[in-house]
Amino acid sequence: MPDPIMPVSIPSAASPPATILQVSGLHKWFGALHVLRGIDFSVAAGERVAIIGGSGSGKSTFLRCLNFMEMPTSGRIALDGTPLGRVSAGKPDAVRYPESELCQVRERVGMVFQQFNLFPHMTVLENAMEGLVTVKRMKKAEARERALRELDKVGLGDKADVYPGRLSGGQQQRVAIARALAMEPEILLFDEPTSSLDPELVGEVLRVIRQLAEEGRTMLLVTHELGFAYHFATKVIFLADGVFHEVGTPDEVLKHPRQERTRAFLDRFTEFSF
Amino acid sequence: MDYSFDVALVVETFPILMRGFLVTLELWLPSLGIGLAAGFLLALARLSRSRLLRGGSLVYIELFRDTPVLIQLIWFYYAFPILIGVQLSPFAAALLGLALNTSAYGAEIFRGGIQSIARGQWEGAKALGMRHADVLRRIILPQVFKLMLPAFTNRAVEVAKMSSLASVLSVHELMYQGRLLSSTYYRPFEILTTVAVVYFVLIYPATFLSMTLERRMAGKG
Repeated sequence: MPDPIMPVSIPSAASPPATILQVSGLHKWFGALHVLRGIDFSVAAGERVAIIGGSGSGKSTFLRCLNFMEMPTSGRIALDGTPLGRVSAGKPDAVRYPESELCQVRERVGMVFQQFNLFPHMTVLENAMEGLVTVKRMKKAEARERALRELDKVGLGDKADVYPGRLSGGQQQRVAIARALAMEPEILLFDEPTSSLDPELVGEVLRVIRQLAEEGRTMLLVTHELGFAYHFATKVIFLADGVFHEVGTPDEVLKHPRQERTRAFLDRFTEFSF
Repeated sequence: MDYSFDVALVVETFPILMRGFLVTLELWLPSLGIGLAAGFLLALARLSRSRLLRGGSLVYIELFRDTPVLIQLIWFYYAFPILIGVQLSPFAAALLGLALNTSAYGAEIFRGGIQSIARGQWEGAKALGMRHADVLRRIILPQVFKLMLPAFTNRAVEVAKMSSLASVLSVHELMYQGRLLSSTYYRPFEILTTVAVVYFVLIYPATFLSMTLERRMAGKG
Protein backbone atom coordinates (compact mmCIF):
# COMPACT_ATOMS: atom_id res chain seq x y z
CA MET A 1 0.00 0.00 0.00
CA PRO A 2 1.47 3.37 -0.95
CA ASP A 3 1.56 5.88 1.82
CA PRO A 4 -0.87 8.62 0.73
CA ILE A 5 1.09 11.31 2.55
CA MET A 6 4.47 10.65 0.89
CA PRO A 7 4.81 12.59 -2.35
CA VAL A 8 5.47 10.38 -5.34
CA SER A 9 8.38 11.53 -7.43
CA ILE A 10 7.50 11.51 -11.07
CA PRO A 11 10.34 11.91 -13.54
CA SER A 12 9.47 14.87 -15.68
CA ALA A 13 11.10 17.01 -18.32
CA ALA A 14 11.50 19.64 -15.66
CA SER A 15 13.70 17.51 -13.39
CA PRO A 16 17.35 18.25 -14.15
CA PRO A 17 19.27 15.48 -15.92
CA ALA A 18 21.92 13.70 -13.90
CA THR A 19 25.37 15.25 -13.73
CA ILE A 20 27.93 12.82 -15.14
CA LEU A 21 31.17 14.71 -14.88
CA GLN A 22 32.01 17.49 -12.48
CA VAL A 23 35.15 19.61 -12.37
CA SER A 24 36.09 21.92 -9.53
CA GLY A 25 39.00 24.28 -9.12
CA LEU A 26 40.89 22.87 -12.09
CA HIS A 27 44.37 24.30 -12.64
CA LYS A 28 46.96 23.16 -15.12
CA TRP A 29 50.56 24.31 -15.27
CA PHE A 30 53.04 23.40 -17.99
CA GLY A 31 56.29 24.32 -16.27
CA ALA A 32 55.99 28.04 -15.58
CA LEU A 33 52.98 28.41 -17.87
CA HIS A 34 49.63 28.67 -16.10
CA VAL A 35 47.30 27.27 -18.77
CA LEU A 36 44.10 26.60 -16.84
CA ARG A 37 43.37 29.02 -14.04
CA GLY A 38 40.63 27.62 -11.90
CA ILE A 39 37.75 26.06 -13.79
CA ASP A 40 34.47 24.83 -12.33
CA PHE A 41 32.29 22.93 -14.70
CA SER A 42 29.86 20.07 -14.97
CA VAL A 43 28.30 18.04 -17.76
CA ALA A 44 24.85 16.56 -17.49
CA ALA A 45 23.48 13.72 -19.57
CA GLY A 46 22.34 14.89 -22.99
CA GLU A 47 24.29 18.14 -22.93
CA ARG A 48 26.31 19.18 -25.94
CA VAL A 49 28.98 21.69 -25.11
CA ALA A 50 31.00 23.60 -27.67
CA ILE A 51 34.24 25.08 -26.37
CA ILE A 52 35.66 27.94 -28.39
CA GLY A 53 38.58 30.29 -27.94
CA GLY A 54 41.81 31.47 -29.51
CA SER A 55 44.82 29.28 -29.89
CA GLY A 56 46.67 28.96 -26.62
CA SER A 57 43.52 29.78 -24.66
CA GLY A 58 43.68 26.35 -22.98
CA LYS A 59 40.59 24.86 -24.60
CA SER A 60 42.29 21.66 -25.76
CA THR A 61 44.13 21.31 -22.47
CA PHE A 62 40.83 21.65 -20.63
CA LEU A 63 39.22 18.92 -22.73
CA ARG A 64 42.28 16.68 -22.34
CA CYS A 65 42.15 17.01 -18.56
CA LEU A 66 38.66 15.52 -18.56
CA ASN A 67 39.90 12.08 -19.60
CA PHE A 68 43.34 12.57 -18.07
CA MET A 69 45.28 12.82 -21.30
CA GLU A 70 46.73 15.68 -19.27
CA MET A 71 47.00 15.37 -15.51
CA PRO A 72 45.41 18.31 -13.70
CA THR A 73 47.94 20.18 -11.58
CA SER A 74 45.27 20.83 -8.98
CA GLY A 75 41.53 20.58 -8.62
CA ARG A 76 39.26 17.58 -8.61
CA ILE A 77 37.26 15.79 -11.22
CA ALA A 78 34.29 13.71 -10.13
CA LEU A 79 32.49 11.04 -12.11
CA ASP A 80 28.91 10.32 -10.98
CA GLY A 81 29.61 12.39 -7.90
CA THR A 82 32.65 10.39 -6.82
CA PRO A 83 35.90 12.38 -6.88
CA LEU A 84 38.65 10.62 -8.81
CA GLY A 85 42.15 9.98 -7.50
CA ARG A 86 43.50 9.66 -3.99
CA VAL A 87 44.66 12.50 -1.80
CA SER A 88 47.46 11.90 0.66
CA ALA A 89 46.93 13.37 4.11
CA GLY A 90 48.28 16.89 4.45
CA LYS A 91 48.77 17.38 0.73
CA PRO A 92 45.37 18.34 -0.71
CA ASP A 93 46.89 19.31 -4.07
CA ALA A 94 48.85 16.12 -4.66
CA VAL A 95 46.19 13.84 -6.12
CA ARG A 96 47.42 10.44 -7.18
CA TYR A 97 45.51 8.54 -9.84
CA PRO A 98 45.76 4.74 -9.86
CA GLU A 99 45.92 3.38 -13.39
CA SER A 100 42.79 1.28 -12.93
CA GLU A 101 40.79 4.39 -12.10
CA LEU A 102 42.11 6.29 -15.11
CA CYS A 103 41.23 3.36 -17.35
CA GLN A 104 37.69 3.26 -16.00
CA VAL A 105 37.20 6.96 -16.63
CA ARG A 106 38.58 6.73 -20.15
CA GLU A 107 36.37 3.77 -20.91
CA ARG A 108 33.36 5.91 -20.07
CA VAL A 109 34.65 9.19 -21.52
CA GLY A 110 35.69 8.61 -25.12
CA MET A 111 37.88 10.92 -27.17
CA VAL A 112 38.34 11.81 -30.82
CA PHE A 113 41.62 13.57 -31.62
CA GLN A 114 42.63 16.20 -34.12
CA GLN A 115 45.22 13.81 -35.57
CA PHE A 116 42.89 10.74 -35.50
CA ASN A 117 45.56 8.57 -33.81
CA LEU A 118 44.41 5.43 -35.58
CA PHE A 119 46.64 2.39 -35.25
CA PRO A 120 48.38 2.06 -38.62
CA HIS A 121 49.29 -1.61 -38.19
CA MET A 122 45.65 -2.63 -37.81
CA THR A 123 42.81 -2.66 -40.31
CA VAL A 124 39.89 -0.30 -39.91
CA LEU A 125 37.87 -3.11 -38.32
CA GLU A 126 40.70 -4.07 -35.97
CA ASN A 127 41.00 -0.44 -34.93
CA ALA A 128 37.34 -0.33 -34.00
CA MET A 129 37.56 -3.71 -32.22
CA GLU A 130 40.70 -2.99 -30.21
CA GLY A 131 39.10 -1.37 -27.17
CA LEU A 132 36.33 -3.96 -27.08
CA VAL A 133 38.76 -6.89 -27.12
CA THR A 134 41.55 -5.47 -24.95
CA VAL A 135 39.60 -3.32 -22.50
CA LYS A 136 36.12 -4.82 -22.39
CA ARG A 137 37.44 -8.39 -22.87
CA MET A 138 34.70 -9.03 -25.37
CA LYS A 139 34.73 -12.16 -27.52
CA LYS A 140 36.16 -11.55 -30.99
CA ALA A 141 32.95 -12.38 -32.83
CA GLU A 142 30.86 -10.12 -30.65
CA ALA A 143 33.41 -7.29 -30.87
CA ARG A 144 33.51 -7.67 -34.61
CA GLU A 145 29.76 -7.36 -34.85
CA ARG A 146 29.63 -4.23 -32.74
CA ALA A 147 32.63 -2.66 -34.50
CA LEU A 148 31.02 -3.29 -37.89
CA ARG A 149 27.79 -1.73 -36.66
CA GLU A 150 29.63 1.45 -35.68
CA LEU A 151 31.58 1.50 -38.93
CA ASP A 152 28.30 1.22 -40.84
CA LYS A 153 26.98 4.11 -38.84
CA VAL A 154 29.83 6.38 -39.95
CA GLY A 155 29.40 5.07 -43.50
CA LEU A 156 32.59 3.02 -43.66
CA GLY A 157 31.36 -0.54 -43.33
CA ASP A 158 32.82 -1.30 -46.75
CA LYS A 159 36.32 -0.21 -45.64
CA ALA A 160 36.51 -2.66 -42.73
CA ASP A 161 39.48 -4.62 -44.09
CA VAL A 162 41.47 -1.64 -45.34
CA TYR A 163 44.44 -0.17 -43.46
CA PRO A 164 43.94 3.42 -42.27
CA GLY A 165 46.85 4.64 -44.40
CA ARG A 166 44.71 4.01 -47.49
CA LEU A 167 41.92 6.32 -46.34
CA SER A 168 41.38 10.04 -46.73
CA GLY A 169 41.65 12.23 -43.64
CA GLY A 170 37.88 12.52 -43.41
CA GLN A 171 37.46 8.76 -43.60
CA GLN A 172 40.19 8.24 -40.99
CA GLN A 173 38.44 10.61 -38.62
CA ARG A 174 35.15 8.77 -39.12
CA VAL A 175 36.94 5.52 -38.26
CA ALA A 176 38.29 7.20 -35.13
CA ILE A 177 34.73 8.20 -34.22
CA ALA A 178 33.51 4.64 -34.79
CA ARG A 179 36.37 3.34 -32.63
CA ALA A 180 35.32 5.65 -29.81
CA LEU A 181 31.60 4.88 -30.27
CA ALA A 182 32.18 1.13 -30.11
CA MET A 183 33.12 1.53 -26.45
CA GLU A 184 29.65 2.99 -25.82
CA PRO A 185 31.00 5.93 -23.84
CA GLU A 186 28.70 8.09 -21.76
CA ILE A 187 30.52 11.22 -22.87
CA LEU A 188 32.38 11.85 -26.11
CA LEU A 189 35.14 14.44 -26.27
CA PHE A 190 36.06 15.91 -29.65
CA ASP A 191 39.36 17.75 -29.75
CA GLU A 192 39.28 19.91 -32.90
CA PRO A 193 38.15 16.94 -34.97
CA THR A 194 38.19 18.78 -38.28
CA SER A 195 41.20 21.04 -37.84
CA SER A 196 43.66 18.81 -39.67
CA LEU A 197 41.31 18.05 -42.55
CA ASP A 198 41.27 19.50 -46.02
CA PRO A 199 38.28 21.87 -46.29
CA GLU A 200 36.33 19.59 -48.61
CA LEU A 201 36.53 16.74 -46.06
CA VAL A 202 35.25 18.71 -43.08
CA GLY A 203 31.59 18.24 -44.03
CA GLU A 204 31.54 14.45 -43.86
CA VAL A 205 32.94 14.47 -40.32
CA LEU A 206 30.60 17.20 -39.11
CA ARG A 207 27.64 15.28 -40.55
CA VAL A 208 28.58 12.27 -38.43
CA ILE A 209 28.88 14.44 -35.33
CA ARG A 210 25.52 16.05 -36.03
CA GLN A 211 23.98 12.61 -36.39
CA LEU A 212 25.32 11.74 -32.93
CA ALA A 213 23.84 14.96 -31.58
CA GLU A 214 20.44 13.96 -32.94
CA GLU A 215 20.73 10.71 -31.00
CA GLY A 216 21.00 12.79 -27.85
CA ARG A 217 24.55 11.81 -26.95
CA THR A 218 26.47 13.77 -24.38
CA MET A 219 29.35 15.47 -26.14
CA LEU A 220 32.01 18.14 -25.69
CA LEU A 221 33.50 19.70 -28.77
CA VAL A 222 36.52 21.96 -29.04
CA THR A 223 36.22 23.63 -32.40
CA HIS A 224 36.89 26.58 -34.65
CA GLU A 225 33.78 25.80 -36.71
CA LEU A 226 31.60 28.44 -35.10
CA GLY A 227 28.72 27.90 -37.51
CA PHE A 228 28.63 24.26 -36.63
CA ALA A 229 28.99 25.01 -32.92
CA TYR A 230 25.93 27.24 -33.12
CA HIS A 231 23.70 24.49 -34.46
CA PHE A 232 25.33 21.66 -32.54
CA ALA A 233 25.59 22.91 -29.01
CA THR A 234 23.18 23.27 -26.13
CA LYS A 235 25.84 25.32 -24.37
CA VAL A 236 28.79 27.34 -25.62
CA ILE A 237 31.85 28.19 -23.57
CA PHE A 238 34.29 30.91 -24.58
CA LEU A 239 37.64 30.17 -23.01
CA ALA A 240 40.31 32.84 -22.77
CA ASP A 241 43.49 32.94 -20.69
CA GLY A 242 42.62 29.69 -18.99
CA VAL A 243 39.24 30.73 -17.58
CA PHE A 244 35.65 30.50 -18.77
CA HIS A 245 35.15 34.02 -20.05
CA GLU A 246 31.59 33.57 -21.14
CA VAL A 247 29.15 30.68 -20.88
CA GLY A 248 25.64 30.48 -22.27
CA THR A 249 23.37 29.20 -24.98
CA PRO A 250 24.65 29.40 -28.56
CA ASP A 251 22.45 32.44 -29.08
CA GLU A 252 23.78 34.19 -26.02
CA VAL A 253 27.47 33.56 -26.61
CA LEU A 254 27.71 33.52 -30.39
CA LYS A 255 25.03 36.04 -31.37
CA HIS A 256 24.72 38.35 -28.38
CA PRO A 257 28.00 38.14 -26.44
CA ARG A 258 28.07 40.29 -23.34
CA GLN A 259 31.84 40.33 -22.94
CA GLU A 260 34.03 42.63 -25.03
CA ARG A 261 36.65 39.89 -25.32
CA THR A 262 34.14 37.42 -26.76
CA ARG A 263 32.97 39.98 -29.27
CA ALA A 264 36.54 40.69 -30.38
CA PHE A 265 37.15 36.98 -30.84
CA LEU A 266 33.98 36.47 -32.86
CA ASP A 267 34.71 39.53 -34.99
CA ARG A 268 37.93 37.95 -36.18
CA PHE A 269 35.90 35.07 -37.59
CA THR A 270 33.38 37.21 -39.39
CA GLU A 271 35.96 39.65 -40.72
CA PHE A 272 36.12 37.97 -44.10
CA SER A 273 32.61 36.66 -44.44
CA PHE A 274 30.67 37.77 -47.50
CA MET B 1 101.04 -17.30 -58.51
CA ASP B 2 102.01 -20.91 -58.17
CA TYR B 3 100.35 -21.62 -54.84
CA SER B 4 98.21 -24.72 -55.11
CA PHE B 5 95.08 -24.67 -52.97
CA ASP B 6 95.03 -27.89 -50.94
CA VAL B 7 91.45 -29.04 -51.46
CA ALA B 8 92.13 -32.40 -49.82
CA LEU B 9 93.11 -30.64 -46.59
CA VAL B 10 89.87 -28.69 -46.57
CA VAL B 11 87.88 -31.88 -47.05
CA GLU B 12 89.87 -33.62 -44.35
CA THR B 13 89.55 -30.88 -41.74
CA PHE B 14 85.97 -29.94 -42.58
CA PRO B 15 84.37 -32.22 -39.95
CA ILE B 16 86.47 -30.55 -37.24
CA LEU B 17 85.42 -27.11 -38.47
CA MET B 18 81.82 -28.29 -38.42
CA ARG B 19 82.18 -29.20 -34.76
CA GLY B 20 83.40 -25.67 -34.19
CA PHE B 21 80.50 -24.39 -36.25
CA LEU B 22 78.06 -26.13 -33.89
CA VAL B 23 79.68 -24.47 -30.87
CA THR B 24 79.47 -21.11 -32.66
CA LEU B 25 75.75 -21.73 -33.12
CA GLU B 26 75.45 -22.62 -29.45
CA LEU B 27 77.07 -19.32 -28.56
CA TRP B 28 75.31 -17.23 -31.13
CA LEU B 29 71.62 -18.11 -30.85
CA PRO B 30 71.32 -18.21 -27.04
CA SER B 31 73.33 -15.03 -26.52
CA LEU B 32 71.21 -13.29 -29.15
CA GLY B 33 67.96 -14.55 -27.61
CA ILE B 34 68.91 -13.84 -24.01
CA GLY B 35 70.56 -10.57 -24.97
CA LEU B 36 67.54 -9.18 -26.83
CA ALA B 37 65.10 -10.31 -24.13
CA ALA B 38 67.24 -8.69 -21.44
CA GLY B 39 67.66 -5.69 -23.71
CA PHE B 40 63.90 -5.26 -23.87
CA LEU B 41 63.65 -5.20 -20.08
CA LEU B 42 66.57 -2.78 -19.93
CA ALA B 43 64.82 -0.51 -22.42
CA LEU B 44 61.71 -0.51 -20.21
CA ALA B 45 63.97 0.42 -17.29
CA ARG B 46 65.53 3.23 -19.35
CA LEU B 47 62.05 4.59 -20.11
CA SER B 48 60.57 4.02 -16.67
CA ARG B 49 59.45 6.74 -14.33
CA SER B 50 61.81 5.58 -11.59
CA ARG B 51 65.00 7.59 -11.49
CA LEU B 52 66.86 4.65 -9.98
CA LEU B 53 65.91 2.30 -12.81
CA ARG B 54 66.71 4.92 -15.42
CA GLY B 55 70.12 5.69 -13.94
CA GLY B 56 71.07 2.08 -13.29
CA SER B 57 70.17 0.91 -16.76
CA LEU B 58 72.01 3.84 -18.32
CA VAL B 59 75.23 2.99 -16.45
CA TYR B 60 74.93 -0.67 -17.44
CA ILE B 61 74.30 0.11 -21.09
CA GLU B 62 77.15 2.59 -21.37
CA LEU B 63 79.61 0.25 -19.61
CA PHE B 64 78.97 -2.45 -22.17
CA ARG B 65 78.83 -0.20 -25.18
CA ASP B 66 81.92 1.81 -24.33
CA THR B 67 84.41 -0.98 -23.59
CA PRO B 68 85.83 -3.58 -26.01
CA VAL B 69 83.91 -6.84 -26.20
CA LEU B 70 87.16 -8.74 -26.04
CA ILE B 71 87.89 -7.30 -22.62
CA GLN B 72 84.34 -8.06 -21.47
CA LEU B 73 84.68 -11.75 -22.38
CA ILE B 74 88.08 -12.15 -20.76
CA TRP B 75 86.97 -10.12 -17.77
CA PHE B 76 84.04 -12.41 -17.02
CA TYR B 77 86.35 -15.40 -17.21
CA TYR B 78 88.91 -13.99 -14.79
CA ALA B 79 86.79 -11.73 -12.60
CA PHE B 80 84.17 -14.19 -11.45
CA PRO B 81 86.50 -16.41 -9.42
CA ILE B 82 87.95 -13.32 -7.73
CA LEU B 83 84.68 -11.48 -7.13
CA ILE B 84 82.29 -14.26 -6.20
CA GLY B 85 84.49 -17.33 -6.03
CA VAL B 86 82.85 -19.05 -8.97
CA GLN B 87 84.96 -20.21 -11.90
CA LEU B 88 82.93 -20.04 -15.06
CA SER B 89 83.73 -22.43 -17.86
CA PRO B 90 85.20 -20.62 -20.89
CA PHE B 91 81.95 -21.32 -22.75
CA ALA B 92 79.79 -19.90 -19.96
CA ALA B 93 81.99 -16.82 -19.65
CA ALA B 94 81.82 -16.23 -23.40
CA LEU B 95 78.06 -16.79 -23.51
CA LEU B 96 77.53 -14.43 -20.59
CA GLY B 97 79.75 -11.76 -22.09
CA LEU B 98 78.07 -11.95 -25.48
CA ALA B 99 74.57 -11.98 -24.02
CA LEU B 100 75.18 -9.00 -21.73
CA ASN B 101 76.87 -7.05 -24.48
CA THR B 102 73.93 -7.80 -26.78
CA SER B 103 71.47 -6.73 -24.09
CA ALA B 104 73.11 -3.29 -23.89
CA TYR B 105 72.89 -2.75 -27.64
CA GLY B 106 69.44 -4.36 -27.79
CA ALA B 107 68.21 -1.97 -25.11
CA GLU B 108 69.21 1.00 -27.21
CA ILE B 109 67.46 -0.45 -30.26
CA PHE B 110 64.24 -1.01 -28.29
CA ARG B 111 64.42 2.37 -26.59
CA GLY B 112 64.96 4.18 -29.88
CA GLY B 113 62.13 2.21 -31.48
CA ILE B 114 59.65 2.79 -28.68
CA GLN B 115 60.47 6.50 -28.56
CA SER B 116 60.10 6.83 -32.30
CA ILE B 117 56.41 5.95 -32.08
CA ALA B 118 54.43 9.17 -32.00
CA ARG B 119 52.80 10.19 -28.73
CA GLY B 120 49.44 10.12 -30.50
CA GLN B 121 49.57 6.32 -30.63
CA TRP B 122 49.83 6.17 -26.85
CA GLU B 123 47.01 8.68 -26.51
CA GLY B 124 44.76 6.96 -29.03
CA ALA B 125 45.10 3.71 -27.12
CA LYS B 126 44.89 5.18 -23.62
CA ALA B 127 41.77 7.12 -24.54
CA LEU B 128 40.07 3.76 -25.12
CA GLY B 129 40.87 2.81 -21.54
CA MET B 130 43.85 0.58 -22.32
CA ARG B 131 46.43 -0.06 -19.64
CA HIS B 132 50.02 1.01 -20.15
CA ALA B 133 51.22 -2.57 -20.54
CA ASP B 134 48.48 -3.34 -23.08
CA VAL B 135 49.30 -0.23 -25.09
CA LEU B 136 52.91 -1.34 -25.23
CA ARG B 137 52.04 -4.90 -26.20
CA ARG B 138 49.20 -4.30 -28.64
CA ILE B 139 49.96 -0.91 -30.17
CA ILE B 140 53.55 0.22 -29.70
CA LEU B 141 55.68 -2.92 -29.95
CA PRO B 142 54.09 -4.32 -33.13
CA GLN B 143 54.93 -1.03 -34.85
CA VAL B 144 58.33 -0.83 -33.23
CA PHE B 145 59.23 -4.35 -34.28
CA LYS B 146 58.79 -3.50 -37.92
CA LEU B 147 60.96 -0.42 -37.59
CA MET B 148 63.59 -2.25 -35.60
CA LEU B 149 63.97 -5.27 -37.84
CA PRO B 150 67.00 -3.89 -39.71
CA ALA B 151 68.70 -2.98 -36.44
CA PHE B 152 68.02 -6.45 -35.01
CA THR B 153 69.47 -8.17 -38.05
CA ASN B 154 72.47 -5.95 -37.78
CA ARG B 155 72.89 -6.99 -34.17
CA ALA B 156 72.46 -10.69 -35.02
CA VAL B 157 75.18 -10.40 -37.63
CA GLU B 158 77.45 -8.55 -35.20
CA VAL B 159 76.96 -11.16 -32.48
CA ALA B 160 77.72 -14.00 -34.91
CA LYS B 161 81.00 -12.31 -35.77
CA MET B 162 81.72 -11.33 -32.16
CA SER B 163 81.35 -14.93 -31.10
CA SER B 164 84.70 -15.61 -32.83
CA LEU B 165 86.33 -13.66 -29.98
CA ALA B 166 85.46 -16.56 -27.68
CA SER B 167 88.40 -18.35 -29.27
CA VAL B 168 90.73 -16.38 -26.98
CA LEU B 169 89.10 -18.13 -24.03
CA SER B 170 89.73 -21.48 -25.77
CA VAL B 171 86.06 -22.04 -26.43
CA HIS B 172 86.12 -24.64 -29.17
CA GLU B 173 84.07 -22.68 -31.64
CA LEU B 174 84.65 -22.17 -35.33
CA MET B 175 87.40 -19.56 -35.08
CA TYR B 176 89.26 -21.54 -32.42
CA GLN B 177 89.20 -24.68 -34.55
CA GLY B 178 90.31 -22.67 -37.55
CA ARG B 179 93.27 -21.16 -35.74
CA LEU B 180 94.22 -24.50 -34.25
CA LEU B 181 94.07 -26.28 -37.61
CA SER B 182 95.93 -23.60 -39.49
CA SER B 183 98.83 -23.70 -37.04
CA THR B 184 98.81 -27.51 -37.01
CA TYR B 185 99.00 -27.82 -40.79
CA TYR B 186 100.75 -24.52 -41.55
CA ARG B 187 98.02 -23.91 -44.09
CA PRO B 188 96.23 -20.76 -42.86
CA PHE B 189 95.14 -19.81 -46.36
CA GLU B 190 93.03 -22.93 -46.95
CA ILE B 191 91.73 -23.21 -43.42
CA LEU B 192 90.89 -19.55 -42.79
CA THR B 193 89.30 -19.17 -46.21
CA THR B 194 87.09 -22.12 -45.37
CA VAL B 195 86.31 -20.60 -41.96
CA ALA B 196 85.33 -17.32 -43.61
CA VAL B 197 83.08 -19.14 -46.08
CA VAL B 198 81.39 -21.02 -43.23
CA TYR B 199 80.77 -17.73 -41.38
CA PHE B 200 79.32 -16.27 -44.56
CA VAL B 201 77.03 -19.24 -45.05
CA LEU B 202 75.90 -18.84 -41.45
CA ILE B 203 75.28 -15.12 -41.56
CA TYR B 204 73.98 -14.52 -45.06
CA PRO B 205 70.66 -16.38 -44.56
CA ALA B 206 69.94 -14.16 -41.56
CA THR B 207 70.48 -11.05 -43.64
CA PHE B 208 68.43 -12.48 -46.49
CA LEU B 209 65.57 -13.46 -44.18
CA SER B 210 65.39 -10.00 -42.70
CA MET B 211 65.39 -8.36 -46.11
CA THR B 212 62.50 -10.58 -47.15
CA LEU B 213 60.59 -9.85 -43.95
CA GLU B 214 61.18 -6.15 -44.32
CA ARG B 215 59.82 -6.19 -47.85
CA ARG B 216 56.78 -8.19 -46.77
CA MET B 217 56.04 -5.90 -43.85
CA ALA B 218 56.54 -2.78 -45.96
CA GLY B 219 53.82 -4.04 -48.32
CA LYS B 220 51.32 -4.25 -45.49
CA GLY B 221 49.62 -1.17 -44.14
